[in-house]
Amino acid sequence: MTTAPEMSDTGPEKLLSPVLSAFWDQPDAWTLETYRRHEGYEGLRKALAMTPDDLIAYVKDSGLRGRGGAGFPTGMKWQFIPQGDGKPHYLVVNADESEPGTCKDIPLLFANPHSLIEGMIIACYAIRSSHAFIYLRGEVVPVLRRLHEAVREAYEAGYLGKDILGSGIDLDITVHAGAGAYICGEETALLDSLEGRRGQPRLRPPFPAVAGLYACPTVVNNVESIASVPAILNRGKDWFKSMGSEKSAGFTLYSLSGHVASPGQYEAPLGITLRQLLDMGGGMRPGHRLKFWTPGGSSTPMFTDEHLDVPLDYEGVGAAGSMLGTKALQCFDETTCVVRAVTRWTEFYAHESCGKCTPCREGTYWLVQLLRDIEAGKGVPSDLDKLNDIADNINGKSFCALGDGAAAPIFSSLKYFREEYEQHITGKGCPFDPAKSTLWADQNAHLEVNA
Amino acid sequence: MTTTPNSEVSLGMPQLPAPDYPADVRARLETDAKEVIARYPDSRSALLPLLHLTQSEDGHVTRTGVRFCAEMLGLTTAEVTAVSTFYSMYRRKPSGDYQVGVCTNTLCAVMGGDAIFDELKQHLGVGNNETTEDGKVTLEHIECNAACDFAPVVMVNWEFFDNQTVESAKQLVDDLRAGEQVTPTRGAPLCTYKETARILAGFPDERPGAVDATGGAGPASLIGLKLAKGEAIPARTPAPRADRAPRDTPPQPGSEHLSSHDAPQQTAPSDPANPTGPVAEEGK
Repeated sequence: MTTAPEMSDTGPEKLLSPVLSAFWDQPDAWTLETYRRHEGYEGLRKALAMTPDDLIAYVKDSGLRGRGGAGFPTGMKWQFIPQGDGKPHYLVVNADESEPGTCKDIPLLFANPHSLIEGMIIACYAIRSSHAFIYLRGEVVPVLRRLHEAVREAYEAGYLGKDILGSGIDLDITVHAGAGAYICGEETALLDSLEGRRGQPRLRPPFPAVAGLYACPTVVNNVESIASVPAILNRGKDWFKSMGSEKSAGFTLYSLSGHVASPGQYEAPLGITLRQLLDMGGGMRPGHRLKFWTPGGSSTPMFTDEHLDVPLDYEGVGAAGSMLGTKALQCFDETTCVVRAVTRWTEFYAHESCGKCTPCREGTYWLVQLLRDIEAGKGVPSDLDKLNDIADNINGKSFCALGDGAAAPIFSSLKYFREEYEQHITGKGCPFDPAKSTLWADQNAHLEVNA
Repeated sequence: MTTTPNSEVSLGMPQLPAPDYPADVRARLETDAKEVIARYPDSRSALLPLLHLTQSEDGHVTRTGVRFCAEMLGLTTAEVTAVSTFYSMYRRKPSGDYQVGVCTNTLCAVMGGDAIFDELKQHLGVGNNETTEDGKVTLEHIECNAACDFAPVVMVNWEFFDNQTVESAKQLVDDLRAGEQVTPTRGAPLCTYKETARILAGFPDERPGAVDATGGAGPASLIGLKLAKGEAIPARTPAPRADRAPRDTPPQPGSEHLSSHDAPQQTAPSDPANPTGPVAEEGK
């Protein structure tokens, strides 16, 4: 990867497709008035003109897949809700965005909360739910404020409450702030947490569609998935399918971060490549080159500069040996020590392991011990196989996906950067200078030259 | 309000039940608690918000607060304590008016979060999860806070301070300790920890302008939109407030191994004073 931008056949105007982010630059972007000015709540009117079953089929046909990591078809999730069972149905929106690198739902909710509210009303009409919840991680008070305000505005305007827009449908939305626990992003742990318990995952089956919140049929969807629904209704499923590929339809938010010239949110059709995104944003920071990156947060196996042309959609990233995840593109340049990065991620997983199952609780603990030793130059050559072995005993053998996530950085970094681990062992220390990786590193170099 | 006996392991009499809140406080909190409980089909769902509510009264989770939650929800204090100790936002001891969290997850750490955290520890003379003597600032390192495109990030009472440097972060904590009004990069002018906890309990921030503060979206959030519109994109935003703190020397990021502070909270097996790590080759 060079830092010189290559001229693409098409410019950013063609490659990007702002939909959810289309009016984030407007003053008062988060208000109901601004949202309405940009065709807000038009999708809801069209949805209410359909029968709920037709609506589910329509969303299914659009090809919308979950934007929270797993990529499960959204319409199919809705279809799994048993109808006529006499039980209350619930929609729970997973706004517990905590996966390292992931930073799309928080800016989305800060600048455009009504897209989520509208999507929730549509989803609740489809699954016949009259009470929905937004489980927002607690550590983002600015977003909580705007959700409180957006829900208040929606009630006042008659989009929530009794007899929404004269349709005879009732819906209440409760905004619920979490209290700090990554594991609550796992949907069954989230449900336990929302029930006022420790956030620990549940055994499945039964799946939430059958026995979710309060043991009732429940849909748990990611923020971006639900927020994408109004645009699909308003502009049509064919418009949506015209973006992306057959199996990965539509637009999505890519979050570029790290040692890049222009970190931020890039909304584009699925299937864009990191090279295209970097080219339009000015590449890596000046004078540096890409070393490793994650396609969808720290739980997705890392890539290197060999993977710049991998189409960033569900199939493309999967075929290259990783996962699209949350499209959190964390880019690190050649100044970054892989062992340091993986050690820190592993410390995160050990900290966030809920303690319910042994492979994850014990495995992440021992991974941290080994990695700290290696990073500090106290490792021995057999540690590398031991790392791999422990990760193998976590991966696929844990109660939930947190364990798989913890193993991913280990496996992938050993695959691409085993030599760097060996350098730490043979050289009895870390060969990198952390000062060179900071945001201000090159500014300081500049100052020193002038001094 | 109430004091939590900071006793170590005690082998004598079990602790007496926690005292209740004074009657007027109890009456006020009960009114709030009933409003929270009414939002949920099942009362126990109100437990997390109620714990936030008790923090808005006490600044941390006290035994009295636990007892209050238990009584409101028909739970035992053991059940409430089991939940409160699971989540990192519930403080276990008296702490400062401002919770300053430095992100030291990988990306922020690499971009400078480690250097900021190390420097703040020195500058404030406190360790992780400790409070300055004036009771103003509690310093901690936090995990990823969903603002990686603004790295390195510092949170104060869960408002965003984006693109921080060592200088800007030091200025920030100095301003907090001096009692100046501090405004985040994204979020509302800071209120105290207790006031923030009330918002977390589900009571909207009533201050005029609090919802509107700092506008629609941060600069990084708009990068893709600007490119799509063919607009020029700004150079990476310099750290706010950095200009207020001229320094003679460039920052010196910590030279020791920077991951070592990022440990889980101490428990018997993770206590560094009690090493159980793989110190010897297997079989020796």
